[in-house]
Amino acid sequence: MILARVIGNVVATQKNPHLSGKKLMLIQPIDLKGNPAGSELLAVDAVGSGIGDLVIAIAEGRSARQVIKAEDPNTPVDTVIAGVVDEVITTQGSLYLFDTMQGR
Amino acid sequence: MHLARVIGSVVATDKDERLVGVKLLVIQPINSRGEDKGSPIVAADSIGAGYGETIFYARSREGAMPLPQPNACVDAGIIGIIDSIHVPITDEGG
Amino acid sequence: MYAARVIGTVVCTTKDEKLSGRKMQVVQPVNLLNLEDEGKPAVAIDTVGAGESEIVLVVGGSSARQTHLTNNTPVDAVIMAIVDYIDIEGNKIYDKHKWKAGV
Repeated sequence: MILARVIGNVVATQKNPHLSGKKLMLIQPIDLKGNPAGSELLAVDAVGSGIGDLVIAIAEGRSARQVIKAEDPNTPVDTVIAGVVDEVITTQGSLYLFDTMQGR
Repeated sequence: MHLARVIGSVVATDKDERLVGVKLLVIQPINSRGEDKGSPIVAADSIGAGYGETIFYARSREGAMPLPQPNACVDAGIIGIIDSIHVPITDEGG
Repeated sequence: MYAARVIGTVVCTTKDEKLSGRKMQVVQPVNLLNLEDEGKPAVAIDTVGAGESEIVLVVGGSSARQTHLTNNTPVDAVIMAIVDYIDIEGNKIYDKHKWKAGV
């Protein structure tokens, strides 16, 4: 699982039928200081996240399909947002969603 | 899933039989600002994407899942055509 | 998938039994815009009978097992298509038949 910030969303009318009605969010993986780490990903939102939220994403197909309760094993989804993070506590301190947004 | 722009196509007559009838497109991965990211790759298309369109695609086994034969030998596949991208917070990453 | 040029073959007598009878080719990945070498060569199982110097498509990772010849075999790269044409923004940048004739 990866820690990421929701940076935007995309609209796609013409898409695989298994994805119809699913919200697609652009997420930027971040490190524990809140800095971007690696490439942006497009994820199916399973929890109702919003732009600016700190989230937990799963970037592995089989687990991702479980999160969105996909009935067809051939649902072409490899990344989902599985949770909205309230706080991350590490030995280096705490990362608040509120703090990271204020710091921008 | 990842963003990319369709820039071309590949024709191959001799290919794995599960790929017969599958359209192969050359796509250039991009970031949310539309800037090129890395080298172009070939992806299978089941949606009917055209030149210049921005699409999203899946890598690995998920790339083959939209195809008529979901177990085809494909490691990148177009999942949808993007109408618009909204990124209100300009991020330094990407 | 990525495009690559076949630059050689590998012969191994001692190998995993599931690989017996499988042809192994050395492929040099090429950039799809100019067909120039890009990155390091790899060894791929050939399922289509590609010849030396041909441009082929290579599938990597677990998807490489999804052909009849590589089903359940320990492979991570497979040649699954021989390229006839590559078209980039309306320009035919590669044509196998012209390439072979040296045009």
